[in-house]
Amino acid sequence: MFPSSFDYVRASSVAEAISILANEEDAKLLAGGHSLLPLMKLRLASPSKLVDIGRISELSYIEDRGEYVAVGALTRHRDLEVSAVLGSSVPMLSHVASLVGDPSVRHRGTIGGSVAHGDGASDLPAAVLALDATMVAQGPNGTREIPASEFFLGFLETALEEGEILTEIKVPKIHGGWSYQKFNRRAQDWAIVGVAAVRNGSTKVSLVNMGSMPLRALATEAAMNSGASISDAAALAAEGIDPPADLNASADYRRHLASVLVKRALEEASSS
Amino acid sequence: MNGSILGTRVIRLEDPELLKGRATYVDNLEHPGALYCYFVRSTVAAAKIASLDVARAKELPGVRAVLVASDYDIEPFVPFFPLNEHLKRPVLASGVVKFVGDPIAMIIAADRSTAVDASELVEVEYEPLDAVVDMEDALSINARQIDPEVARNLVASVVGGNSDNPLNGAEVVVRGRFENQRMSVAPMEPNSIAVNPDGDGDEGITVWVSTQMPHVIQTKLSSILSIPKGSLRVITPNVGGGFGGKAGVIQEHVAVVGASLMLGIPLRWMEERGENLISMQGRGQVQYVEMAISRDGLILGLDARMVGDAGAYGGFGGGLVAGSTRSMAQGVYSIPKIRYKAAVASTNTPPIGALRGAGRPEATAFLERIVDMAAAEISMDPIEFRRKNLISSTSFPYQSVMGPLYDSGNFVKALDAVAEVSKYQDLRREQLRRRQAGETVVLGIGVSCYVEVTAGGGASEYGAVDITPDGGAEIRVGTSGHGQGHPTTFSMLVADTLKIPLEKIKFIQSDTKEVPRGGGTGGSRSLQLGGSAVNAAALQVLDVAKNLAASHFEASVDDIIVSQEGTIGVAGSPSHFLSWTDLMDVAKQAGVELAYRGDFNQAGATFPFGAHVSVVEVDLETGLVRPISHFAVDDCGRVLNPLVVEGQQHGGIAQGIGQALYEKVYFDAYGNPLNSSFAEYLVPSAAEMPNFVASNTETPSPLNPLGAKGIGESATVGSTPAVQNAVVDALSHLGVRHIDMPMTPERVWQAISQGSNGPLWSEPPSIFSEIKKSDSGSAPEEVDI
Repeated sequence: MFPSSFDYVRASSVAEAISILANEEDAKLLAGGHSLLPLMKLRLASPSKLVDIGRISELSYIEDRGEYVAVGALTRHRDLEVSAVLGSSVPMLSHVASLVGDPSVRHRGTIGGSVAHGDGASDLPAAVLALDATMVAQGPNGTREIPASEFFLGFLETALEEGEILTEIKVPKIHGGWSYQKFNRRAQDWAIVGVAAVRNGSTKVSLVNMGSMPLRALATEAAMNSGASISDAAALAAEGIDPPADLNASADYRRHLASVLVKRALEEASSS
Repeated sequence: MNGSILGTRVIRLEDPELLKGRATYVDNLEHPGALYCYFVRSTVAAAKIASLDVARAKELPGVRAVLVASDYDIEPFVPFFPLNEHLKRPVLASGVVKFVGDPIAMIIAADRSTAVDASELVEVEYEPLDAVVDMEDALSINARQIDPEVARNLVASVVGGNSDNPLNGAEVVVRGRFENQRMSVAPMEPNSIAVNPDGDGDEGITVWVSTQMPHVIQTKLSSILSIPKGSLRVITPNVGGGFGGKAGVIQEHVAVVGASLMLGIPLRWMEERGENLISMQGRGQVQYVEMAISRDGLILGLDARMVGDAGAYGGFGGGLVAGSTRSMAQGVYSIPKIRYKAAVASTNTPPIGALRGAGRPEATAFLERIVDMAAAEISMDPIEFRRKNLISSTSFPYQSVMGPLYDSGNFVKALDAVAEVSKYQDLRREQLRRRQAGETVVLGIGVSCYVEVTAGGGASEYGAVDITPDGGAEIRVGTSGHGQGHPTTFSMLVADTLKIPLEKIKFIQSDTKEVPRGGGTGGSRSLQLGGSAVNAAALQVLDVAKNLAASHFEASVDDIIVSQEGTIGVAGSPSHFLSWTDLMDVAKQAGVELAYRGDFNQAGATFPFGAHVSVVEVDLETGLVRPISHFAVDDCGRVLNPLVVEGQQHGGIAQGIGQALYEKVYFDAYGNPLNSSFAEYLVPSAAEMPNFVASNTETPSPLNPLGAKGIGESATVGSTPAVQNAVVDALSHLGVRHIDMPMTPERVWQAISQGSNGPLWSEPPSIFSEIKKSDSGSAPEEVDI
């Protein structure tokens, strides 16, 4: 549980962090440290330099911007959990944040860190996918926006380019119903399967831990948006999806859970 | 008893230090000048070591030495007690590796990070051998023989009971194949040791080690390393959990102390979490159990064929299937005919040791499963079936078919008590209501009865009480408590007898310089042996004190009393009293020592028992089990401190829920461990726990003056099958009769899907037909672990 040696530098601004990243090939950003540090302690990751952006206070905010809520990338899970702005406009994000890990994880981990890590088993990436959020990234070539549907590309792989920093997540307000179903054995664990459903005009459903990255239940969405019953749509939850198998669940069991949980999520989202 | 604090809820004296984080453990003590050790471990389960090159590791700046097997002049040894005389283990793997995690080299470096860096520079080439992973496969004729001396990988075997044909002529026979899965012990503090070869001046070598048994470590290290016992001082500071996993020495202890003596430098080692999870494990049995009953629900016979997994190097815990699992196989029931056969297998997995209960939970688990299956077979309520077959309260002391003499018991009383406190009939009504309403979250009610054995090993322990010049007392005892409450409960005994306030009593343990001998803490032995020894010492001191006071006041010793204020003097004569401080002066003048040091010997083992009811909800759509409440009635004889007993009950329930629902060590087909971190090895947290309702019946043991039996492991024995039975019970209307532990959501979902079509029985391995007689090492039930 001892990482390889590495250099450490603390960035005081986004611009400084971008410039350090540009000059160091093997540098990694450190925010809350709850994804990266465990990998480093197991020596599964050995970056040459950590650029600590955890104290850049300008990236920790939750702001009502009319149609959407802007969440700074360094906002901690605990702040999402108790935010009044999110509570009235995007309560699902508060709820999902309250289910991440345990209290110490929630007081350290950041939404940007979790989303940029892009773990298919994490709660927040799937949540921003179902919420149709937009990621704002800054890099040496300026600022760009990436829709959630184009952000997650594969196993721990996102659309962020080398040297880019995720700075903000724009989350559309929810006007309809929503649900987040997290199925796990212990409260503190990753979901064995999770489902986020948002009925905001159309229906969006995303799946946790059903693939190498957060996935949309596209067949279910299509069925719902063309008027199918919840039961029929839920039965399609794992259509075209090849879920992983691990000690907690076989692929078949995950497919079964996805259907059960999607049904529960759609029922809850439709009743609220 | 007027004014007695015995039987009262005294808050633990040791807790403030522990809770404030001020307690010291091996690794947060200062060890001036000590270098750090780190082990290079095998990454394959079975292989010849073709080459081992440590040259590059040695060159890394900060590395003092890299040691391999050939650097040590230490004969292979038995870490705790032998299961098979041929299976001794070298200090580091020599020539071959036998499981993933087997240590093959030890780095000594200036700091931990450098030691880990150096370990990555050690180059090992393996010539892989077939890994023998599964205990039943290991016993098959086709399996590779792991150890040249152990044919068929059969490390030990036992035949017990009183019948060759216990099922003969029965009206009804039920049978099941049950897995009692391999578990990690998972203490909060992993293993840790530090050694100063120069000791503290004239003491020779000093070792600080996290263990349940400092005196055993002293004896073992001195014999393995050929050093005089008197020149080795072993100190055990606070221990962050033992649970059976810190009994005896481990290879790493010997490697570190051996290196320290060889190089003449102080060394320290602390195991990492991942190492702790894969170096040693507990449980690990496959149980083929058949029970014959009459149509009206009387048990007629029991046939058990049991496979135990010893892991590599003949891990002593593998022998529990031939030891305490065997001796407790009759349990709480009248069973006229029993046949019991056990086969212990060697495998390429971590050595099996002890885990809380050590063989007794495994016995109760199979009995309580087969009893529930029997009750279900004739559609009898599980409590009614049990009540019908429990050994009568008038039969004690009771001679079990399997050998033990149960000292005292009232099994029916405990069962009645738990039925009442759990409102059992109300629970059954709610279960029926949900089923009839077609609800998807159903209720399960699990019952278990148990009897287990405590202080089954060498039933002797050292205890001493010294009055100090300030009128206080010092206790010295050979047990080595680490969270069980000994500083409080043992002090209560002295306070009660001598009327010295708790805050003036100093509790000393776990230091071989202070305490001449001791068996440590294991097998739930501490209060009944160590406590009785302390109690006896206090009574002896009182006797000396009374005689001194009698001569001082020229009174008859029969008239001398101890007042509630802690003064000694003549009854009815208030001016003729001495404080303990005064009495120390009197003793000094008389040339008498106001102290007693001695050993308490108990004539045999004691047998705690109890009954549990566990209530769970099962989601029929997902298979998820949610514990709702757990009722424990545990009888550990006379209760000295109910608060401490309740704490043991709570912890035991939690650990039982852990085994029933969450925990299992998994390997792939090549013997690679699949859950070597707490992210994958699921120890449940407080968030998963239901409400606990713990209570006691008190049936004193006749074998010690306190009337005490052990409580440290009982709740684990009783709770695990209650939870398992609850889950099966929840699904009984679907035809489900058994689900193996851990009852993961997926397993439960599969059982729901299969209903009555699920597999219950398969033929046991063929090796049982070849086992005609016992062939095992020292019977493990004779050791407290």
